[in-house]
Amino acid sequence: MILAATSTQDFPVLGMLVVLPLLGAAAVLLLPRSRVELVRPVAVLFMSAAAAVAGWIIATYPVASGGFEMVVDQPWVAAWGISWKLGVDGISLFLLALTALLFPLGALAVDPGHDHKAYYVWLLLLEFGCLGVFSALDLLLFFLFFEVVLVPMYFLIGQWGHGNARYSAVKFFLFTMFGSALMLVGILAVAFLHASATGGPLTFDVVEIAEAQSLATTTARWIFLAFALGFAVKVPLIPVHTWLPDAHTDAPTAGSVILAGVLLKLGTYGFVRFGLYLFPEASRFFAPLMLTLGVVGILYGAAVATMQTDLKRLIAYSSVAHLGFIVLGIFALNTEGLSGGLLQMVNHGLSTGALFLLVGYIYEGRHTRAIAELGGLARPAPVLALTFMVVMLSSVGLPGLNGFVGEFLVLLGAFEAHRWWAVLATAGVILAAIYLLWAYQRVFHGPVRGENAKMVDLRWREGLVLAPLLALIIFLGVYPRPVLDRMEPSVDALVTHVEAHRSPGAVDTAEPEAAP
Amino acid sequence: MPHVDWPALLPQYFLGGGGLVLLTLGSLLRRRLPAWFATVFSAGAALGALGGVIWLWIRVQDPARGAFTTIADTIGIDGFSVFLSGVVAVSVLLAAVLASGTLRRAGLPVEEFCVLLLLSGAGGVTMASANDLIVLFLGLEVLSIAAYVLAALDLRRGTSQEAGLKYFVLGAFASAFFLYGVALLYGATGSTKLGLVAEFLAGGGSESDALLLGGMALLLVGLFFKVAAVPFHAWTPDVYEGSPPVAVAYMSAGVKAAGFAALLRVFNAALGANAADWQPIVYAIAALTVLAGATLAVVQSDVRRLLAYSSISHAGFILVGVEAATDQGLAGSLFYLGVYAFLALGSFAVVTIIGYGADGRQSLDAYDGLAKRSPALAAAFAVLLLAQAGVPFTTGFWAKLEVIGASVEARSYWLAAMAMLGAVVAAFLYLRIVVRMYLTAPALTARPPVSRSAGFVVAVCAAVTVVFGVLPGPLVELTNDATVWLGG
Repeated sequence: MILAATSTQDFPVLGMLVVLPLLGAAAVLLLPRSRVELVRPVAVLFMSAAAAVAGWIIATYPVASGGFEMVVDQPWVAAWGISWKLGVDGISLFLLALTALLFPLGALAVDPGHDHKAYYVWLLLLEFGCLGVFSALDLLLFFLFFEVVLVPMYFLIGQWGHGNARYSAVKFFLFTMFGSALMLVGILAVAFLHASATGGPLTFDVVEIAEAQSLATTTARWIFLAFALGFAVKVPLIPVHTWLPDAHTDAPTAGSVILAGVLLKLGTYGFVRFGLYLFPEASRFFAPLMLTLGVVGILYGAAVATMQTDLKRLIAYSSVAHLGFIVLGIFALNTEGLSGGLLQMVNHGLSTGALFLLVGYIYEGRHTRAIAELGGLARPAPVLALTFMVVMLSSVGLPGLNGFVGEFLVLLGAFEAHRWWAVLATAGVILAAIYLLWAYQRVFHGPVRGENAKMVDLRWREGLVLAPLLALIIFLGVYPRPVLDRMEPSVDALVTHVEAHRSPGAVDTAEPEAAP
Repeated sequence: MPHVDWPALLPQYFLGGGGLVLLTLGSLLRRRLPAWFATVFSAGAALGALGGVIWLWIRVQDPARGAFTTIADTIGIDGFSVFLSGVVAVSVLLAAVLASGTLRRAGLPVEEFCVLLLLSGAGGVTMASANDLIVLFLGLEVLSIAAYVLAALDLRRGTSQEAGLKYFVLGAFASAFFLYGVALLYGATGSTKLGLVAEFLAGGGSESDALLLGGMALLLVGLFFKVAAVPFHAWTPDVYEGSPPVAVAYMSAGVKAAGFAALLRVFNAALGANAADWQPIVYAIAALTVLAGATLAVVQSDVRRLLAYSSISHAGFILVGVEAATDQGLAGSLFYLGVYAFLALGSFAVVTIIGYGADGRQSLDAYDGLAKRSPALAAAFAVLLLAQAGVPFTTGFWAKLEVIGASVEARSYWLAAMAMLGAVVAAFLYLRIVVRMYLTAPALTARPPVSRSAGFVVAVCAAVTVVFGVLPGPLVELTNDATVWLGG
């Protein structure tokens, strides 16, 4: 099978990518207390180095490969068969790049105001965790990274957030931990059942377990549910989404950018890598449920977003809707849907990341995010308004910008597989246009009232932070081929894998040829 | 006179003998001993015991020599007993160091504390290596009686007296249950020697099921009390609240380890053949303990009570490993005990620092804004708390993995799931303290005075938590080797 094809290389590029932020955190910690001004440059230096490594990985990634590349495999806890196994394929490639891009931008964007050292250490540790999740090929290593991101995010929201930050931070931590509590049981069950079915030693190797498919059908379905709960909280799917609006709204700007841009993708990526790949039959079995949750998310998120009075909360709910699209694409279980879903993960990271940055700038200038108190901002801040419009249109899915390509593919895939869900989802596209355009209209047009006249336009440094995002939004809208070309071999292999394990009877434990 | 392998009792000599020597010296030379003497002496004795443990470990792990019994099979020296003796010795060592900086400031007698600590440790080590129910009971009583007095050490405070009395009365009651259980088991199997009990049961069952089952039930009650499993936990919060925090630090680490040593030795080894009889009870108690401990902890406002309920919840996790009744379950329980000893000692060391000795600032409010007032202390405490919540890259995560893994391997999926849900509830209570330290404005501005000894204990515990959290391999190997035991 193509997915199993792996290549190793002498220099562990991927290991370096993951470890760089950790080294950065250590470097920042070691800076003397008197040199606070060095903290941000050092942190950004390490993040940029990681971004450069990610760029290098994209450049050298073999386009036609469908398997895992640049694999690092270092035994860690031998007694448990746990190893530092990292690898990248077309599915994780651009998520790694997105992570490596958004972190330095988020770090540069807004000054935390106090406790700089701790702030950048947490950001770097968060990047370490996120890069780890997207590259881990060992189930337990993945879980470690998946869980460890909670701690930095908790402190970022709690210490540097606004409003009811303490409440939101604790809620975020507990919701996510609740989701992944049962996932750990699921992971252990998979590993032990796999080991006893194949007679081999205990292993958490994703590729080995996924290729062997040694679990009985019903068991696999139960374990899929345990995994799905963990990912559903992270995505988030209705009805476990309630942490998201609070966390997004109260987080500091960089926190919101990372939360929307990267952290939510941990859930959708988890569905692809550990849902579809590990449990192909169960994924197909539960696809109607997941599709329904996705569509409910699209419509509910859009409806609630329309009602919001706080601009940041509105964008937070728009994330619920967008993530619903991604889930819809993934569980269409065909090449178009999956590619669209993957592309949409990157697109959502770019455009929602940019939206949160812009809202952060508006908040810095106006000290309010209430839509009712804003208005006519286009007059004093034309560049800001123009940037906001481009990003907002990309989020709406205007042809020529990145959002269109992904959404179109998702709907195409969903329509082929499950027509009526696609039809309902299309209504979500229209709703998105309504709430975003309406919000834009209320914030940037109309009469300029009171304080709004003194709004400062984008400064050059803020512009520089937004420039790479805007460039990618336009580039991916016009010419998505390079990205899709690298994604498609892996997506095809995954779709084939899911197709191959279609009928329940074919993947029973009793079958000897299922063993490797 | 049975043959005695004298060196096999090295930890007992150092702890028990050390305690007696210190008692004698203390009463004879009361005024002439320098202030540091008791601390240095007891730390030295604990280090000596630890040296003995290491020597025994090497001897037991040597395939040519292996595990052995001595004094007419009443003492069993194997990986299991040596490992838990080590945990007890480390608890004694760290508690002795912690006591030196804390007790004097609170006006409590350091010498008496050290004597009782060493004696209690000797009891604990004896429990860990007992291979006979009578010897086990002797160890249990030595351990417990010293612990009762430790709880009541702070005579001026009514709560400390109350703690001592409560611990004593309920503990004596539980000991009676235990002893009655021993009697019934003897009646059913014809021996108090664990090896013979196991042989008898493996050979075809008992004369009378009623005697055997009754004995098991009574033994379980007695031991559940010692390890503070729900519903036999009611003494824990009161004792933890009333006793001097230094004594609690030792109780939550050393006494707990000794209690589980007895539980594991009696049930997993001697009664292992009848696991199907006792597993359902342990299953229910484990689930109840994890969930009730965590839930009740959430509503506490006194840090000592909060940590008491959290220790109950942890005991539930260790019971999850016991319930598996496999080698992995045993290794998981041992791993958890070793890891938790450091977490508990470190946490209670922080409590002694913040609480300024025995009374005063024990409510959660005392932790407000600690990160601003004393960043290093807050960071270390946060590490210890997050580890207890099971955050990755700390020892606490691996401890959970070890027992939950054992439970899953033994197909107890629902128990594993319930325990993990309990862990989420427990995470909330650790976050409550972290929120106080990091996300709340300080009400006080004073830096808490960190004595050198207390600071040392906190630093050691936090360092162990992080270092073995990142590199758990050696500790996993160690506990896996510790399951090489006499095997009933």
